[in-house]
Amino acid sequence: MSDEIRSVTGGDELVVPEPTETTSAIWESEGLFGWVSSVDHKQIGIMYLIVTLFFFIVGGIESLLMRIQLAQPNGTFLSPEAYNQIFTMHGTTMIFLVVMPVLIGFANYLVPLMIGARDMAFPRLNALSLWLLVFGGLFLYFSFLTQGGAPAAGWFSYAPLSEKPYSSLTGMDYWAIGLLITGIGTVATAVNLIVTIVALRAPGLTMRRLPLFVWMVLVNSFLIIFALSILNASLVMILADRFLNARFFTPASGGSAILWQHLFWGFGHPEVYIMVLPAFGIMSEVIPVFSRKPIFGYEFVAGSTVAIGLLSFGVWAHHMFTTGMGHTLDGAFGAASMLIAVPTGVKVFNWTATMWGGSIRFTTSMLFAIAFLVQFTVGGLSGVHFAAVPIDWQTTDTYYVVAHFHYVLFGGTAFGIMAGAYYWFPKITGRMLSEGWGKVNFWLMLIGFNLTFFVQHILGLIGMPRRVYTYPNLPYWGILNLVSTVGAFILALSVIVFIWNVIISLRRGKPAGNNPWDAWTLEWATTSPPPAHNFDSVPPVRGRRPLWDLSHPDEADKGGLADG
Amino acid sequence: MINLISSPFNPSSPQASSITNLFYVALVISALIFIIVTGSLIYIMVRYRSRPGDGEPKQVLGGKGIEIAWTVVPLLILTFLFAYTVYTMQKADPSPDPYQQPDILVIGHQWWWEVHYPKSGVVTANEVHLPVGKRFLVLLKSADVIHDFWVPQLARKMDTVPGHPNTIWLEADKAGIYLGACSEYCGTQHAWMRIRVVAQPQADFDEWQQEQLRVPATPTVGEEARGAQIFQERTCANCHAIAGTIANGRIGPDLTHIGDRQTIGAGVIENTPSNLAKWLANTQSVKPGSLMPDMRLSDSEVNALVAYLEGLK
Repeated sequence: MSDEIRSVTGGDELVVPEPTETTSAIWESEGLFGWVSSVDHKQIGIMYLIVTLFFFIVGGIESLLMRIQLAQPNGTFLSPEAYNQIFTMHGTTMIFLVVMPVLIGFANYLVPLMIGARDMAFPRLNALSLWLLVFGGLFLYFSFLTQGGAPAAGWFSYAPLSEKPYSSLTGMDYWAIGLLITGIGTVATAVNLIVTIVALRAPGLTMRRLPLFVWMVLVNSFLIIFALSILNASLVMILADRFLNARFFTPASGGSAILWQHLFWGFGHPEVYIMVLPAFGIMSEVIPVFSRKPIFGYEFVAGSTVAIGLLSFGVWAHHMFTTGMGHTLDGAFGAASMLIAVPTGVKVFNWTATMWGGSIRFTTSMLFAIAFLVQFTVGGLSGVHFAAVPIDWQTTDTYYVVAHFHYVLFGGTAFGIMAGAYYWFPKITGRMLSEGWGKVNFWLMLIGFNLTFFVQHILGLIGMPRRVYTYPNLPYWGILNLVSTVGAFILALSVIVFIWNVIISLRRGKPAGNNPWDAWTLEWATTSPPPAHNFDSVPPVRGRRPLWDLSHPDEADKGGLADG
Repeated sequence: MINLISSPFNPSSPQASSITNLFYVALVISALIFIIVTGSLIYIMVRYRSRPGDGEPKQVLGGKGIEIAWTVVPLLILTFLFAYTVYTMQKADPSPDPYQQPDILVIGHQWWWEVHYPKSGVVTANEVHLPVGKRFLVLLKSADVIHDFWVPQLARKMDTVPGHPNTIWLEADKAGIYLGACSEYCGTQHAWMRIRVVAQPQADFDEWQQEQLRVPATPTVGEEARGAQIFQERTCANCHAIAGTIANGRIGPDLTHIGDRQTIGAGVIENTPSNLAKWLANTQSVKPGSLMPDMRLSDSEVNALVAYLEGLK
């Protein structure tokens, strides 16, 4: 591997191997085959975005089916079997086929551009990762066509429910093998991103000048390597249990049901940060540009990311406070989980301080970013509640936890992704998304999201467990669930508005130009969309904001930045 | 009286109350932080919105002092919250004496609860009876997958894990019926795996235990006698037990005093003769996926069984 890296980084000169054919006209002329066979990071990035949008629609339809079923007590719209398959697939889809890969899609498209590189370090491996995601996802969904239907043991597939005696049909096998396929691709992408960021940065782009999005992708990639490897190993173990009677997780024959939980959450909690760190990265690009100020406390934002990354591997058992681990372990993991709130808070404060004293432009992208700050704060604070162990003893596995993680992953990450989509769409397509439709999109999503999920806090606190296909007619349960269902349909409408905005803007959106937002990082130095080779020439990098330095030569970023 | 609002904020035991106190503290802290963050954001959005003709604002890179402040202050708040957490853990869930015998054994099944009183020998299902003001040690086990025993007003929730017995304390300050539910996804009918805790004065509790220990007389005449015969003939006895008969199956709930129970199917319907008839005639439409199969009973068999079972008090 080191030979290969040396060959592409001949000293300070950036020498990237050129493809044997020119691909400059790839957008117009190469058609479907050009896309399928592409090893270009931009095309692969776009395909990641399209594939994840597709799975987002599928997972969203699943959530609407659940909300229809739960709109009233004793609902009969879905059978319990169907509901359980659908909630399992909703969670699995959103985590493995939407949130994680959409962020990888952004990273794929943006990282090489932001560091002034020609492509990812291993373009073919990059294509392999994408297609493993696509086919792993299709494999998982194929389970709906089998006799046993889709998996129905929840996205964390607790043993022994996920073992043969309790899930005898093939759904669980499709789940484990499907995730293994996508998981291998995800690890490969993480390796690819790390090598790209370490080895292919433009001359002058030191680690201390790296855009924060790239910093967070870097930390995130390390999380992926360690966390997804645990998952992949655990999936092999459950498959060995199911096919070879290995008995890792079957207490009846000497295995341990708790072991699965330790392994799964050993992956699963870092996974939560895998699904949020790149969104933090998007925040750290969008908020400064629309506040017209550099990020406040760059070192602290980057450093807190590393802190979160390290701590994220020491908090997994806070998902297990009700398994009876004993007070010592409960307390230790509670303390570690509270600790992780500190670097997370540091980020929120730094973003807020970035806006302080700025000149804030309320673009759609910025509106989504501000909503992220508020909603993520709600999700973060309720997260601290779960770290206060006895509160978790009451609220875990209720709708309170459903509300909590949707505030983090939808109110946080998904709003961050929307901010990123409105921000980088002009770069990716050469056209602006309509700001008018964007505002409609934003307000519908804001109202729909909060209506759907805020009331779920209350439902959890009046005793409604999660993952129930129906519920008794107890006071307030029906009305609060109905409100949540109405909210979900408003949320769905907002997604339709977004897709409509993308379609009409692709056709007749305002041409973007190279740098419509007057932004500062390298991706805005090239054309929109960028040529196949990304840059005709990479501008000199002498600070964190090369394009600011170019347009403000007298006020170039100073301090320790000038020669990092 | 049934407590219909079954919430950690409506506690009815010293253990649950201690958690409520911690929850209030955490909520107040959270609300303050939320108001500070949102308040400053609103201020910033009004004060610093860009106006036409604005130039670029002053470029500020950061400030060490304030970074230290907003690292240390949350750390102090969390240290306090953690100390209170540890204190509450002891209050809400004191460790039992390792040799203490449990007062109640609860075994989670797909999708119902088996309840034993090892000291008296009472066996029942889906309903836990308690004397008011007395702290009972509950041993939690599972017969199959992981379930979770949760009655929010009375106690912390705790998983029933196969191969890993757990304990909790159960206590009620006031007489009444407290609602709970399985709180760990356990398969098809996780939704209908509900719990009722009946807290009653000591005298009533003692009387209830005596009643439960009494072996019901085997009916000898009429519909009830025919029902008793059908119960043995139609394989009901393979899964269910009724004291005083040869039926001693332990796969489904013990039916010795089924006539006394409030609900059927772990809470899916109230226990009335017409509901029991519906359950017997077509279990899978009342609780789809339940491990009790449709028994293909005729209407007259159903009626006889209902007469027999509702008489088991």
